[in-house]
Amino acid sequence: MSVDAVPMSQWPSEQRYIIPVAPGPDVVKVTIDGREVEAARGELLIKVAQQHGTYIPRFCYHERMKPVGMCRMCLVEVQGMRGLQISCATPVTDGMVVSTNSPAVLEVQDGVLELLLINHPLDCPVCDRGGECPLQDQTLAFGPGESRFVEEKRHFEKPIEISDLVLLDRERCIQCGRCTRFAAEVSGDPLIDFGGRGGNTEVITYPDQPFRSYFSGNTVQICPVGALTARPYRFRARPWDLQTVETSCTTCAVGCRGALQSTSNRIVRLLGIDSDVVNQGWLCDKGRYGYEWVHTADRVRAPMVRKDGELVEVSWPEALDAAADGLRGAIARGGPGSIAVLGGARGTNEDAYVWARLAKGVIGTDNVDAQLADGLPADVVLGMPRATISDLDRARAIVLLAPDLKEELPVLFLRALRAANELGVPLLDVSARDNGLTRDATAVLRHLPGEIGAVAERLVAAIGGGHVPDADGDLASVLHAMGQGEGDGPLVVVLGRPSLAESADAVVRAAAAFTGLADVRFLSALRRGNVHGALDLGLAPGFLPGRVTLQVAGEHFAAAWGLVPAEPGADATGILAGAAAGTIDTLVLLGCDPIADFPDRARVRAAFESVRFLVAVGPFASDAAERADVVLPTSVWGEKSGSTTNLEGRVMRVARLVTPEGATMPDWRVAAELAARLDSDFDLETVEEVQDEIARLAPALAGVDADLLRRARDGAVVPIAHRPDEIVLGADARVSPALSWEPIPPGVASDETTLSSVGTGVVEASGTGAAATIKPGLVEDGVPPAQAVADAGELTRAAGEALAAHPELHRWVPGAPSHPAEVPVDAYSLRLVAARTLYDAGSTAASGPSLAHLAAGGALFVHPSDLTRIGVAHDGDEVRVTSARGTVVLPVRADPGTRPGTAFLPINHAGPASPADLIDVAAPLTELRVETIR
Amino acid sequence: VAAEETRLVSKFLRERPDDSWSFAVAREQNDAYGTLEKAFSMTPEQIVEEVTTSGLRGKGGAGFGTGQKWSFLPKGVFPRYLAVNADEGEPCTFKDHMLVERDPHQLIEGIVVTSYAIQAHHAFVYLRGEFALGAERLGQAIADAYANGFLGRDILGSGFDLEVVLHRGAGCYIAGDETGLLSSLEGERAMPRIKPPFPAVQGLYAAPTIVNNVETLSTVPHIVRNGGAWHAEMGVNRSKGTRIFSVSGNVVRPGNYEVELGTTFRELIYGIAGGIPDGRALKFFIPGGASAPWLVEEHLDAPLDMDYVQSDLKTMLGSGAVMVFDETVDPLLVAWRLAKFFAHESCGKCTPCREGSGWLEKVLYRMAHGYGRAEDLDLILSFGNNVAPGLSWPPGMTTICQLGPSIMSAPVSLKRFWYDEIVERMRKDTERRNALEVAAV
Repeated sequence: MSVDAVPMSQWPSEQRYIIPVAPGPDVVKVTIDGREVEAARGELLIKVAQQHGTYIPRFCYHERMKPVGMCRMCLVEVQGMRGLQISCATPVTDGMVVSTNSPAVLEVQDGVLELLLINHPLDCPVCDRGGECPLQDQTLAFGPGESRFVEEKRHFEKPIEISDLVLLDRERCIQCGRCTRFAAEVSGDPLIDFGGRGGNTEVITYPDQPFRSYFSGNTVQICPVGALTARPYRFRARPWDLQTVETSCTTCAVGCRGALQSTSNRIVRLLGIDSDVVNQGWLCDKGRYGYEWVHTADRVRAPMVRKDGELVEVSWPEALDAAADGLRGAIARGGPGSIAVLGGARGTNEDAYVWARLAKGVIGTDNVDAQLADGLPADVVLGMPRATISDLDRARAIVLLAPDLKEELPVLFLRALRAANELGVPLLDVSARDNGLTRDATAVLRHLPGEIGAVAERLVAAIGGGHVPDADGDLASVLHAMGQGEGDGPLVVVLGRPSLAESADAVVRAAAAFTGLADVRFLSALRRGNVHGALDLGLAPGFLPGRVTLQVAGEHFAAAWGLVPAEPGADATGILAGAAAGTIDTLVLLGCDPIADFPDRARVRAAFESVRFLVAVGPFASDAAERADVVLPTSVWGEKSGSTTNLEGRVMRVARLVTPEGATMPDWRVAAELAARLDSDFDLETVEEVQDEIARLAPALAGVDADLLRRARDGAVVPIAHRPDEIVLGADARVSPALSWEPIPPGVASDETTLSSVGTGVVEASGTGAAATIKPGLVEDGVPPAQAVADAGELTRAAGEALAAHPELHRWVPGAPSHPAEVPVDAYSLRLVAARTLYDAGSTAASGPSLAHLAAGGALFVHPSDLTRIGVAHDGDEVRVTSARGTVVLPVRADPGTRPGTAFLPINHAGPASPADLIDVAAPLTELRVETIR
Repeated sequence: VAAEETRLVSKFLRERPDDSWSFAVAREQNDAYGTLEKAFSMTPEQIVEEVTTSGLRGKGGAGFGTGQKWSFLPKGVFPRYLAVNADEGEPCTFKDHMLVERDPHQLIEGIVVTSYAIQAHHAFVYLRGEFALGAERLGQAIADAYANGFLGRDILGSGFDLEVVLHRGAGCYIAGDETGLLSSLEGERAMPRIKPPFPAVQGLYAAPTIVNNVETLSTVPHIVRNGGAWHAEMGVNRSKGTRIFSVSGNVVRPGNYEVELGTTFRELIYGIAGGIPDGRALKFFIPGGASAPWLVEEHLDAPLDMDYVQSDLKTMLGSGAVMVFDETVDPLLVAWRLAKFFAHESCGKCTPCREGSGWLEKVLYRMAHGYGRAEDLDLILSFGNNVAPGLSWPPGMTTICQLGPSIMSAPVSLKRFWYDEIVERMRKDTERRNALEVAAV
């Protein structure tokens, strides 16, 4: 007998406690209020009751978090058990007989509400929650009619700021612990907790540590009272005045489902919808509050044409004529290849398709790229075996070959965190630098920028061979970690561009190595809102809509469009080079600003100096737009309907809620108007017509027509013939969407496109207090009707047939492993890591008043030991940084998470220096000389 | 009234030799660690068997069978932990306090034997933070035990390893609840957890854990030394052996007295503790700590029998704190003070306790200080019925732990013994206040 040497760091936390389930059959029969229902053994009683139409009142229980049993509102009577049981923590067993409305239960519900209300301020008229408040509703339904409390209520200063975005009113708080549990369990930011005890219990932040979480808005959404309020929404609306549509967020490529709400034609709130396959109800704060940029003053609201060197506002026909004339002139001058189209990753699929058709099928140029040298080759993204987000849950391991998910794809980060912490999926962090998942990774493998390919090859060899060289402790720990997984699902490689200072080739080499293993799927970690939709729909050189190459599908599209480019064109880097060299002299920018977004500013400058005709199509007056000859303002998310494709290839609806600002119009309509002026009538009048044309022509999107998009609850992963199970037609039956503090179930688009306005939908009478009372609403019984299941089967079968008749989908075939000469480590230099942070100076974040000030200024982060080596005396001192490309001066900060020998510089921050001034996109990596300034 | 103590566990508490806490004195005068060789010669299962046979029940408050508790450990699941509940916080209970300060080696011996019996290699002593002297002495005792080979690796050549960690609490009553204690030990707030999972299945760090009280563990070596049957001969009915009662309040000789169970309250209060000074009459007494419903004169001849006290007297022996109040004491004032304690110590997790304790305190304050209303007693009993459904003992629960229903023990007692008297007093208080108001106008 010896002491079991379990290191303290591996002792499990409270999150690991699970409620034991009595043995028995897998499907059990439970009688709830006299009605016998079937349920899975071990399901929580509160959930089973709800699935079968009995809503048990609750405050602290939330379906996506572990039960805590604090509020005591969900007590029910279970035959044979002494006293009342909390249904939120009672697993169902066979033969269980439950009463949710016996006199004892009603009395205690009444009692709990009376107790909750004695210290509640009842300031409902000035409370944001008023009108959608479960405390109000449940008091009406289950509570006493009047108070017997005659003493002084508890008082606190109200409200207090606990972060830049969230305010806390401790008087309203009912101490349910939803917010504190979310912060600790779901987001991994345990920055709020309870302080004090008894009646003085309050939610607190730690000294000098505000609740600065990227996910703080979720706590506001799930707060069952108005204790937590969000600065952007406070006092903006009353819930009963809100118009709501279901939509997808386009801030990043996760595409979280959300309920977008407006009042008086202004967007005021976005709530996360609980789509099990996508975001499970959560949103990041950037997505949640990003809507502010829709109404910002920076928007361009009228078309403009340069006259005598000045941009002047003109009518749409005049601007469109000017743009068409320019394009026609360019074709006449230098042929279609002298025109290039950059951008398009922020629009809808419909925008991308019609622009691809204009560029490739009307103009005839293939110089089209939605990415700005900050992603991965379309060849890889469109042709690799794809994973879905849900694959993370069942993966046998997750490998991160991606930038910091917490900074770039925050809700995907939550899902990976859950997989690692709750589901026990081994998580391998293969990054150049510590990131949001490092703390929870099962194993960590660090490398120098430029060496990611070599590291991946070593890793794959070890996994494939099952052994490692003796000396390699890091790899041994990885193999040990892999052995801890229980899943038999795929190995999911999250693949993105970890650093823009490292060439995409290195990442492609790393990805290629993994294709040697069995059952590997790639989850794309490209960031921009609809970059996957844009690539899928042809905004990439060498590709046509539907993940097919120009070579393979040229004839197919030529038959439909009348024209396709003669040969593959250039990507963004090639386009800028062509522009600088004069072979490309006309540039169309689709909602992008290369000056801000392209990682190599010298190339952009050279290109812009030689371009003869520049058309800026987009919503913002950017630096690039200011140089344009024609500016065509477009409407944005929230102002237009359509669809987008997220990083797993899921096509989902986006909905229009407010009228577009100024005289803007959707990008796709701009393209159609230009096509008409170039003698090509697309005959596309509505978004639905565009969707139907895509479904008919684009192979990967076969069958994804307007009808399917309207009816599919969680959208459709394309090609749908390969993922038939992902299509669920019709809505699931759960709590009515009216309850914004509960998980909001995804719905389907109704004819009038708006969901019921949020209030608390509601029905029948019960309870002991008030004479007429109300129960929170439940959507009627049931799984999707059998008809819907049959329909879905029929749709995917038809899509499969269409797919078979179409040109073959592109497959990525990794080239033979290239072994470029390794760049020797230069002991006097630091290798640059350049990546994004969530809050930056980009248009979507910087234009909203709530988020704009959250971006930290740019600084160079180096390991403390390097700080000493360089000779920097103080954290924050300015240094001169020189690369082969240029020199910048900026402050330096010590950061233990940055590996010695490397330096981290965030992209696109306000300040004197940008990585774009240091990076040469043609170089495999970027080395920096850092000197102190004396 | 004749009665005598049975100084089994309390030997050093009563004899008080100099330096009783030192290793040398404990070895010489109390045979400390003398049972270890015998324990290691037995199998763990045999020790569990002996303890089960002995009828030993937890001496912290709940009175659960100790051997039975140990038998709940899931088979073959390791590591397991022993958590020692030394967070004695029940008002007027001071036996564990003294056991830790005056006989720490007896406790450590019990920890070693128990850890061996349940096959745990880590034991955590959760010591009430206020016990500064106890922390000093127990810390020294643990160090001495390590130095002399009674803790650490391969104890006495048995091959059994045991590490003991002394952890001081941060001043929170509810850390005395076993799941609250475990949460606190893990570094969380001392909030009780929902059960199941019970600690024996998923306790500390989600591993099977036995939580035992100081006095319980201190008894274990005596059972190993003398056998379970010997222990089972003491006591009455299902209340076997002895217990230490902390007698306080209006008595001549307050203190810790260990008596065989079955002794009567009268023998304890009027015999051993010397009765009430100056010949005053008894008003009431609390038999088992602040959480227990009260008793009065007519109950004095009842035996100290855990089951009888619960079933027939509707209260409990609890932590063994007997508080005696004579005729000069205002029961309302006592009820208010106890309510104030509970309102302060409620952890804030469950709504009924968090809100109910504060409300109760506020109303009782008014009632005890001349601002009561005739309906107030009914009011607290009414909302209190949602905290302790049934208002009986053992109480119904709407909360996770026992603290919730405990707040109603005093109000229920007020109703049981002095209902009419109190309502009349409240009515008079109201009249007096009304008269003052009229006079002011």
